This record gives sequence, structure tokens and C-alpha cells, in this order.
Amino acid sequence: MKKYASRIYVCLIFAILYIPILTLILFSFNNTESTANFTGFSFEWYIKLFSDESAFLALRNTLILAVSSAVISTVIGTAAAEGIYRMKSKWLKGAINSVTNIPMMNPDIVTGVSFMLFFAAVVALLGIEDYDSIGFWAMLIAHTTFCLPYVILSVLPRINELGESLTEAALDLGCTPAQAFFKVKLPNIMPGVLSGMVMAFTLSLDDFVISYFVSPSNFQTLPLLIYSMTKKTVKPDMYALSTIIIVSVFTLLIISNLKSARKSAPDRRRKAGKVK
Amino acid sequence: MAKLIELKGISKSYDGEKVIDSMNLYIRDGEFITLLGPSGCGKTTTLRIIGGFEMADEGSLYFDGTEISDVPAYKRHINTVFQKYALFPHLNVYENIAFPLRLKKTSEEDIKRRVTDMLKMVALSGFENKSVSTLSGGQQQRVAIARALISHPKVLLLDEPLGALDLKLRKDMQNELKTIQQAIGITFVYVTHDQEEALSMSDTVVVMADGEIQQIGTPTDIYNEPKNAFVADFIGESNIIDGVMLEDKRVRFSSHTFECVDGGYDKNEQVDVVVRPEDVDVVAPEAGMLTGKVTSVTFKGVHYEIIVDIKGFKWMIQSTDYVEPEATIGLFIEPEAIHVMKKSKYSGKFGDYSSFSDELDQLSDVDTAEEF
Repeated sequence: MKKYASRIYVCLIFAILYIPILTLILFSFNNTESTANFTGFSFEWYIKLFSDESAFLALRNTLILAVSSAVISTVIGTAAAEGIYRMKSKWLKGAINSVTNIPMMNPDIVTGVSFMLFFAAVVALLGIEDYDSIGFWAMLIAHTTFCLPYVILSVLPRINELGESLTEAALDLGCTPAQAFFKVKLPNIMPGVLSGMVMAFTLSLDDFVISYFVSPSNFQTLPLLIYSMTKKTVKPDMYALSTIIIVSVFTLLIISNLKSARKSAPDRRRKAGKVK
Repeated sequence: MAKLIELKGISKSYDGEKVIDSMNLYIRDGEFITLLGPSGCGKTTTLRIIGGFEMADEGSLYFDGTEISDVPAYKRHINTVFQKYALFPHLNVYENIAFPLRLKKTSEEDIKRRVTDMLKMVALSGFENKSVSTLSGGQQQRVAIARALISHPKVLLLDEPLGALDLKLRKDMQNELKTIQQAIGITFVYVTHDQEEALSMSDTVVVMADGEIQQIGTPTDIYNEPKNAFVADFIGESNIIDGVMLEDKRVRFSSHTFECVDGGYDKNEQVDVVVRPEDVDVVAPEAGMLTGKVTSVTFKGVHYEIIVDIKGFKWMIQSTDYVEPEATIGLFIEPEAIHVMKKSKYSGKFGDYSSFSDELDQLSDVDTAEEF
């Protein structure tokens, strides 16, 4: 009885989580605009989407922004994690840790508004006439900033776990401190670095609130575009676009999970062998 | 043999606590030297200072005549075998060993030849492509040694490298290490808390305690002529008794005056007397220089370990002959078996077997019984 109850519970949760998404995917293949009846299968909305320039531009913008902010925040975040690890003063370490976590705890809306004020001040101070001219860079700075703590959070435990012994061994064998980092430490903390980067990428990809406050008129991302469309009626071509995003995020997730599963498999075998 | 490494007045503190106190030591070219001491005696810190992982607060370090106190680890011709091996998990056995050569941009054929030779030396041929995480402790150890030796360092530092291995493997590796050291003829600086390991492998043993060197000498010197109660107790088993040096070659302890071979002390100087358990002969009470009552006998395989109460001081004696517990026996000690030492801050702290073995168990039994 208990077993059935728990199964039903799990099914219910998955149903609530995924039925809306599945519905959306289903209706993206509908051949009419109806959201109530599935009248027939077609690629109509996909064709329409691919001929819609604004959606494509937004998709391109989103990807450029997500990739570049993910890469930049991964580089800065990994360096920051290494820096925090090396801090000698425990007090300073704690302080820096909390400061880097603030953007994560802060409600997005507060971060968004403060970025808006900040860039407005920058524009005023530097005497820039047109916000659009620095718009992309403002977006990039904002996205990199809110991704940063997640990268640090994913890399720092790896560095702590790795400890100092491998770095010392590398130095001992003739590596300069920089070589020791790139040849020995980095390969061994790579899983943390990569998962930090994936996290940063997806965060930037679906950010709406902060982008809403910072975005210039000439640089629209997908979430912003979709939001602006909901002010009118949502057309099924947006379903098609959402379906593409869902499928790509899902694929990314599967690939990264498969990779980590394959990596940990030999470890598990070894541990099992040791027990006996 | 020339001095290869020299430590002059090295001191090091952590959080205000002195770990090494103005240490002076020189290490000769090609010798196997062991830093021996209990945990917290500063031996590992000394090794880390030589390796360049720690900087001394005071004093200077010389390598081959030049000061290297401020030279970073990667510029020193000194390699280390770490306690937990510190192999690179992202590289296989071959690449781990080739690592130092790749840094120096050695040609690929050269690397292959040298790594193959090295693998042969540490008896790991055929393991080239294995992942280091699949190796046993002993095999990882050999890889670590091979990796440390491949760039021909002048000195190899070994930080309790056998600590994680089981007893049998440890004995094998001891022999192997000694063989490797003799074959390549470089200086090994070995850190251990295992006195047996130190005695069987080293040319020179440095006994350390509380951040200070207690004694430097060959294994036989250290065992036969310990300088103070700490060394006598730490290296092997010892009975350490308070005595008075009546004159040269005559010492009085346990209310008996003994012939001995030591001299050079003041008349009636208070001294510590060391008698090794295996140097005491058990005889009939009337034939003994000392008599006492046996309080416990333990069979140890090659000998019996006998605890004898002599005027309230418990002696340990190792004898191949069995004696009855509670029996009164005589002890006979030859002049050569008596070693006299100056009093030190360690006097009176070691060398009494009152709180030993069975009796300790009984005592703790009583304690627990009273508690309930």
C-alpha cells in the first residue's frame, strides 16, 4: 500500500512538472492557432518561426550573451576560487565568500534595478549620448556578475577537496606555480569548472528580470522577446521556439550527466574491488 | 664525503609555537640519512624546509655550498616522495613518471627510454598505460619514487613513504629503497617515526624531539651509546635507572656498585644508567648482582619478556629461558652492558616499566570496577 502511495506521489509530481511542457511541445506542432484543440500535425509554426527575423535575432543575441558571459564568468570565477582558497586570513576568506554570495541571495529584481541605476550613472558620468552603444557591454557585465557566484560555488569545493599535495608535487618536480596550476590543478578541478560553466550558461540563457532592467533597445534576448509578445496574444510560433530551447537544454543536460556518469563509473568499480 | 646540504640555525614557528628550534645539521653527499622522532618533533617540517615548501623563520640553508634559503621549490635540485604519494590522477603511470621530463622539453625518444628504464628499476614494467588510481599502495609508492628520481635529482626527500603500507610490504620496500639508493648513489633524506626502519636503512640517524636534535650518529652508535634518556627509550627497549658515578668505570645504582666501561664524569655525579633488556642475564638469586621478584612474563616468540620488580623499580628483561611469575630471580649485568648518560631534561620520564602490559590492564580494571 505504502509502495503504491509513494509511486502515485512521484507520478503526480512528474505529471505536474512535465505535462505543461509536453502540452506546449504538442501544440507547437498544431496546424491551427487553437490552444484548446489539437487539430492536426504540422511544422507550420516552425516554418513561420524560421522566417521571423526578430525571433532569430533574439535567439542569436541570447546565445552570444550566454556563451560569452559563461566563458568570462568561468575564467574569473575559477581564478577567484583559487584566490579565496589561498587566502591565509580566515576572517578575510569568510568576508570575501559572503560578498561573492550576495548576488546569489539578492532577489533578481533588486540586482536588476541596481544595475539599471549603475549603468544610468555610468552613462551620465562618461557623457555617453546613446545607451544603446554600450548596451551589449552592460548586458554582458550584468550577466557575468550574476553568474560569477555560481561558478565560484561549483569550483571552490573541488579546490578544497584537492588540497595542496598535488600542487606541491608539481612544484617539487619543477613546475613554476603557473605551470602547476594549469598542468596539474586545473585538469583535476575540471569537472567543477565545467559544471560551473554549464550553470552559468543556463542562468544567462533564461534570465529575464535582470535583462529586463539592463537591456538596451537594440539588444533583445529571447526571454525579453517572449515577454513582449505576451502583451499581445502568444502565437504558436513561440511554442515552437520554446520547444527548441527545451530540447537543446535537455540535450545539454543529458550530455553533461552522461559524461559525469561515465567518469565516475571506473571509480565505483575500483571501490567495489577494494572492499573484497 | 662532502657536505651537500647544510642547515644553520634553522628555526620555524607555527602560530607562535616553535616547531624547530635553531637546528644545525649537515647532510653528506650520497648518504642515507633518517630524521627519526615521534610525531610533532619537527622532522617533517625540517624536510619541508629542505624541499622548499616551507620557509624557515630564522637561519639559513645551503645546498652544495650556495645559500638556497629563498630559492623556491621548483628551482631546487631536490625531489620529494610524499607521504600520500601525490600522484597525478589525471595522468597514467607513464605520463606521471614522464611529467618532470616533459617540463624540460626532453625529446620523445629520450623520455621513452628513461621512463622504461625507471619502470624496470622499480619493477613496474608493463604498467605504463594503467591509471594510477587502479594501483595498490605499494605500486603507487614505486611510481612516486620513479617520478621523483627520473630527473636525476641530487637529493631525494622521503616523508614517511612506507607509512601507509602493511608490515610485509613495508619490509620489502625498505630493502628496495636501500638497494635503489645504493644503485644510484644519491642522497636520501628519510623521515620516519619507526625506529626499526631507521636503524635498518640508514647510514646516519638523526633523533629529534621537541624541535631539537637529540643525537646524530650511525645506527649502532645511536643504539649502543644513546646520549640521553629520550634517545635510549625511543630506540629500542631500555631500563633507565638513576645512578651515581663513583669514579671512572664504577657506577652505583639499585644499591649495588657495578663495573662499567664509561668514564669522564665528575666524582659522584648523578647520571642516568641504561641497561638494554637483552643484555641482562637471569641467574639464581644468590649469584645475582641484583635480586627481584618477577611480576609478569609474556611470551614473544624469540624470547620471554619478563618484568622484574627491583626495589620498587620495574625492569624489563628479555630472556630465552622461562621463569615463573612471582619467583625471585637474580640478575647479572656485564660491564659492557651498562651505558652511562648525563642527566637531561628527559631524565626520569622514560625507562621505567611500572605501567607496563598486564599490570596496566589490571590497574584500569580496578578503575572501572570502582566507577560502578
